[in-house]
Amino acid sequence: MAIAHTPGPLKRAIQELRRSNPVGYLFTLPYILFFAVFVAYPLGFAFYLTFHNWNIVRPERPFVGLRNYERLLSSELFWTALGNTVTFLAVHIPLQIVIALLLAVVLNQQIRARTFFRVSFFLPFVTSGAIVSLVWLRLYADDGMLNQLLAQVGLGPVGWLSDRRMAMPSIAIMATWKNVGFYLMIFLAALQAIPSQLYEEAYLNGATAWQRFWYITLPLVNPAVVLVVVLSTIGGFSLFVEPFVMTGGGPVDSTLSVVLYLYRQAFQFLRMGYAATIGVVLALIIFAVTLIQRRYIEREVGY
Amino acid sequence: MRRLESWSLLARQALFYGLLLLGALTFLLPFLYMVSTSLKSPPEFHTLNLVPRNPTLEHYQAVFTQIPIGRALFNSLFIYGMQTASILIFSSIVGYALSRLQFFGREFIFNVILLTMMIPGQLLLIPLYILIVQFGWTDSYQGIIVPGMISAFGIFMFRQHFKTVPQDLLDSARVDGASDLVILFRIIWPLSVPVLITVGLFSFMGGWNDFLWPAIVNRDLQYQTLTQMVTLYGIGGQAGGQLGAIMASAMMAVLPMIIVYLVFQRYYLEGVASTGVKG
Repeated sequence: MAIAHTPGPLKRAIQELRRSNPVGYLFTLPYILFFAVFVAYPLGFAFYLTFHNWNIVRPERPFVGLRNYERLLSSELFWTALGNTVTFLAVHIPLQIVIALLLAVVLNQQIRARTFFRVSFFLPFVTSGAIVSLVWLRLYADDGMLNQLLAQVGLGPVGWLSDRRMAMPSIAIMATWKNVGFYLMIFLAALQAIPSQLYEEAYLNGATAWQRFWYITLPLVNPAVVLVVVLSTIGGFSLFVEPFVMTGGGPVDSTLSVVLYLYRQAFQFLRMGYAATIGVVLALIIFAVTLIQRRYIEREVGY
Repeated sequence: MRRLESWSLLARQALFYGLLLLGALTFLLPFLYMVSTSLKSPPEFHTLNLVPRNPTLEHYQAVFTQIPIGRALFNSLFIYGMQTASILIFSSIVGYALSRLQFFGREFIFNVILLTMMIPGQLLLIPLYILIVQFGWTDSYQGIIVPGMISAFGIFMFRQHFKTVPQDLLDSARVDGASDLVILFRIIWPLSVPVLITVGLFSFMGGWNDFLWPAIVNRDLQYQTLTQMVTLYGIGGQAGGQLGAIMASAMMAVLPMIIVYLVFQRYYLEGVASTGVKG
């Protein structure tokens, strides 16, 4: 008859509630209010807006059903923007991982002036992407510093931002320069967590430096690789200020990003319902892509 | 034989540091270009030399006469100073409750906070903007400050850290009659200076460097942030192709963050390391 005496979930909840410290609720109240006003309500309102048209100036918001979604999925510009994001990620992620991991392995050694190097690589990360874009806009100019340097060795000129096939990769290179310091620190933290005896044993068993990297380092920094891939993907889909400052989305929409498209629909054309739809669909895409990435990159490792 | 080996070792070292230095210079080059162009006289703009032959401060003067950059500096300091203070206070109060107080639903609230960290910002951009319009907070300070008054990242960091404070300390304070707020601010805060600095730096830096949100809610020059005003100055017509003035204004916008970084660099490392690699 023991079963009859076990309290049901509701009863247990009431019991726990009685034993609860009321200060706990009082102290979490600021967050609960904040969450309700600035997270939950906007989230709900975003979905509500996707089923309506609204120019924010006038009070009427006609219900349009799924028309915003239909319009988005048949919009050529939206697909162009998504394709541009893929181009960005295809350049940015491999470059980011290779450079960040390489520099992390170097900085993990006993080297001279380590602080100087660490600071140099991290500096772009603490500065504003908008301001940095203003500087790179000049470096990338047709008669800018990069082309002048190339001319010194008899190369170029490259249409960094004026050639429609180069513009997005150029932005991806700049974004890599901007963020690599952050990802390098993530890798460095992961490297420092690897027990050194693993390397010592491998060394005693005759493993070459390359084998040690390939069979010990790489598998053990896998969680960091996953994190870097996921974070750069989210960053890539959020791309806005770089094309906004440097190219305005051009030439011929080759650097139009999804967020830039959203920004224009909302603040140039005042299509709030449609812009909210772009936001919702983009969030779903980010969610799906990062989920797939985790599935395919994440490995179980045990030594 | 031995001498030959030591020579090849030396050569390899030289090559290694040479390449590393080249790498570091690549990362610093855009900054060097910005500083040098901001000090160059216009005929020198298109030369590659990084040390200006006739250094001038005229571009800095031009910036001050063309845009209210002093006002923008004040705005950024005020807006993100207030926001950071609020994040530190409120996020640590919530973090304290989630780590040191027993109450029903505590884990549920914590999980909700973790979930909100995964919501992409673009999803909330339009509805948040509309909310600010409805509150009548466009072209104001509170339009930027209030939507960022509590940070989920801050709560998370504080909860993790406050958990590690020994219970004995809190118990003896409670015996002495200390309230929860006294325990939090008089006992836990002094023991948590590094994590407070880390959260403060990341919050302040994130705000300071942001362009999109202030650009959406504040159009009036009176309320523009430094990053926003300098960016608009650089891409808009005001600068009229004055390369030197654009670089001078860019310098003024990034220099505060660079100084803060150089002073507090080790706290940035802790911030990055806590992004969850160990988990």
